[in-house]
Amino acid sequence: MREMISMVVVLTILSAFSGGLLATVRSNTQERIENQVLKFEKAPAIKAILSEVSNDPLLDRFKLKSDDDEITFFVGKKGGVPESIAFETKGKGFEGPIGLMVGIDIATDSVIGVRITTHSETPGVGSRAKDDPAFARQFAGKSLETGFAVKGDNGEIDAISGATITSKGVCIAATKAQVLYTKLKPEIKTHINNLAN
Amino acid sequence: MAQSMAKEFTKGLWAELPPFRLVLGLCPVLAVTQSVENGIGMGLATTFVLVCSNFLVSLLRTIIPAKVRIACYIVIIATFVTIVELLMQAFTYELFLKLGIFIPLIVVNCIVLGRAEAFAGKNPPHLAIADGLGMGVGFTLSLGTLGIIRESLGSGTILGNPVFGPDFQPFTFMVQAPGAFVCLGLMLCMMNLIGKK
Repeated sequence: MREMISMVVVLTILSAFSGGLLATVRSNTQERIENQVLKFEKAPAIKAILSEVSNDPLLDRFKLKSDDDEITFFVGKKGGVPESIAFETKGKGFEGPIGLMVGIDIATDSVIGVRITTHSETPGVGSRAKDDPAFARQFAGKSLETGFAVKGDNGEIDAISGATITSKGVCIAATKAQVLYTKLKPEIKTHINNLAN
Repeated sequence: MAQSMAKEFTKGLWAELPPFRLVLGLCPVLAVTQSVENGIGMGLATTFVLVCSNFLVSLLRTIIPAKVRIACYIVIIATFVTIVELLMQAFTYELFLKLGIFIPLIVVNCIVLGRAEAFAGKNPPHLAIADGLGMGVGFTLSLGTLGIIRESLGSGTILGNPVFGPDFQPFTFMVQAPGAFVCLGLMLCMMNLIGKK
């Protein structure tokens, strides 16, 4: 009986101690990790889409809640005036989620460009959605009124041959971005106006 | 005391060199040694976990009940692995992306649990630290050596710097999985030949 109790007590104390230690390390590194993720995963996509801005969109960012998700918006300014906005959405790909950074022109409500941030698609097949600029270019300049779909689904986007599911995943993510932007537009506008001042 | 510590430290460098003598921890040895940087990064992460877990296991060796010792060891090891993972994400994010799943997998690395069970659980803390450090350094050097061989032959570079001049045709077999097995086999063979004399 004594042995039983000592086993339970030791394991409990050890686990509690370990939990506490991990919580401390995590809360101390969280902000740094967030910045690192931004720098290495999101920054290249944002820089490519918002290429003509004069500020650093990574610094001019704000967060908004939509349902249960928290989305980070990056604002691009030219001469101090906010002109464009970029944020990330996810679509379901062939192997897993595809992260898509979508840039939107605030004045015209049209897509400036899209870039894939993270994906786990087949190298050389689905990965062309990220590596082949011609595919992403199809989204540029489109208005936000109609959703995106591949031609097989009566849409306007030419799917990558051999990677239809990946292409559809990108369209899903782009459509999500469009719905999200329309839904959160009033809140986005207030945040942007705050940034301009 | 210093003498016995030195003895425990040096045994990990040759007589009980983990991957080549004990043939333990082969999963990361095969998987991450395509380049010197990956190999050494993995080795250092494992060393940190080894030293910390050896120290704590040895410190608690009289308190931990024998029947739940493996569970306790795993809790201790997993805690330190998670700390390493968080620290790598915060400070060396690029390396973390390259090593990916192999960082959390240090938890199940035979060397770490093996040293806790075979050494740290029976010896005082200062010897346990020396043992962990020796094993860790030996492991790091082994991974570095394999990395040098595979990266120089397979990509023609060491730490990203070209070593063979512009006419070198990379022997890509060496940076693929089969090359890892062949290279490890030759290393084991060499170690045994040298050891026989």
